[in-house]
Order: sequence, then structure tokens, then C-alpha cells
Amino acid sequence: MKRILQLLAVLVLLAAGATWLVTGANRGWTKTSVMVKTLDPVTGIDGISYEKKFLPGVDFLGAAFLGAGALGVASLFFRRKNKPQTTN
Amino acid sequence: MKLTHIIPLLSLATAVYAAPQTFDFKDPKGVNNAVFKLDAPLESINGSANGISGTVSFDPENPAATTGKIVVSVESLTVPNPMQNGHMHSDKWLDAAKYPEITFEAKSLANVKTEGDVTTADVSGTFTLHGVTKDVTVPVKFTYLKDKLGARVPKMNGDLLVIRTNFTINREDFDINKGQYEDKVSPTIDLSLSIAGASPK
Repeated sequence: MKRILQLLAVLVLLAAGATWLVTGANRGWTKTSVMVKTLDPVTGIDGISYEKKFLPGVDFLGAAFLGAGALGVASLFFRRKNKPQTTN
Repeated sequence: MKLTHIIPLLSLATAVYAAPQTFDFKDPKGVNNAVFKLDAPLESINGSANGISGTVSFDPENPAATTGKIVVSVESLTVPNPMQNGHMHSDKWLDAAKYPEITFEAKSLANVKTEGDVTTADVSGTFTLHGVTKDVTVPVKFTYLKDKLGARVPKMNGDLLVIRTNFTINREDFDINKGQYEDKVSPTIDLSLSIAGASPK
């Protein structure tokens, strides 16, 4: 159990870090939509609309660190399984 | 006086005393927008608003006489983070329920320069935000697009007026959390307005 929790903590950290990097390493807060500009050819004005898109930010990374930390701490409450010693 | 003399005189009089046109800025295409940027040491906030309405009286023969009022609905202000969006509209910040509109009322123009269809001027008027009204002067570019309404809205004839302006305000001048959260929410706000109004014939 101890090993499983430690592995989960590492997995949570790696998955969160990879997601954050792949989605553009946003150093602001997490966004659930992004601004999209569309040019109006007659007036030359850039019309603005919002497209739904999850863009994890530093709060997402922070939550992942906290989660991984909690799993790591939880793992301390479990003892490593001792292999029974065999005597010849 | 012969009729042949009267007609050119009437045309001249009409040209000289042409009434200013009224342009309606409620955009059926939803393209009109105001963009705001706040760059604080710890946080940068970018957002926009598209709930724009108002009218402007503009005479292409006499742009210096331009007057009008542009209204931005506070509820239409949007930032990409839903929590920030909620905070921005709440009574802690803009208080959209109590102060539902941001307005700019143009009263006079100075330094008016016209080149072709483009007029630039320093527009003085009153800017109202969060229930506080201040006198401001902002640089504005007007682009008069004669007979272009049909290209934008099918089956309609008329003219378009495009207005663009960029200026900066200080939220503290408008009693928005004066002296607070300056590391996260910049006191200075860069505003950029790009809007087109229609004057159907």
C-alpha cells in the first residue's frame, strides 16, 4: 500500500506537470475559455468571442502538488511489508 | 429668379447645412467590443465586453460638431477565469447590480484633423464607472464608411461610422477598492474600444 500511494503521488505530479506544459505553460490562473478574434472585413474591427477550452494555470499545479503531498504523507502511515525470513 | 438658378442654390444650401447623421452602435453582428487590460506585478488580467449600445451624431462635413454617448453593459464584461468573472461583477468590485452601465458621453472635440474618410480628434466628455463621473479627454479615430452598411447588413442601405480609441483610467479614481490589492489588480486599466455604428437611409 505504501508503494502504491507513493507511485500515485509521483503520477499525479507528472500528469499535472505534463498537462500544464502541453497546454502552453500558462503562468496565470486556470482559464475555462480563451479569447478568439475574428476580423470583420467591412469595418476592420477584430470581433471577440470566447471558445470553451481548459487552460490549467498555476493554481492547477498548486492543487496537484498538494494532492501529491497528501498522498505522500498518507503513505507514511503504512509500513513496508517485511519479507518473512527463511532459515535453512 | 429662374428655376435653373434656384436648384443649384438649394443643393448648395443642403450641402452647407447638411444635418448630422445619427449612428446607432447597437451592433446586430456582435462585433463591437471594448478590451481591458490590467497588468499588476503578480497578475495580468485581460478581458473584453461586447454589450455596447449608444448613439453618435456625426456630420462628415463637420466632424468637429460630433456628440454622442456610448454605453457598455457591465454584465457583458468577461474574463477567461470564471472565478475572476464572478468577483469582477460582484459588489466587491464593479457591483454590476447597482451600477449596470459604464458610459462615455462626448461633449466637444479638439485638434480635429480629417484626411479622406478618417478623422482624428481629442474628444472631451464625461466617463462614468462604478457610479463615479469624471471629465476625460481621449484620442479618437473616426472612420466614415459611406454606403457600406449594405456590405455588412444585407438588404440595408446606409453609412457606417467606425470609432477606435485607446486610453487609460485609474480604478482608484472611480472608488474601486482604493489602495487595495494593487499587487494583484493593477490600479491602471488600459481600455481599447473598437465599435461600428450604422446610419440607415
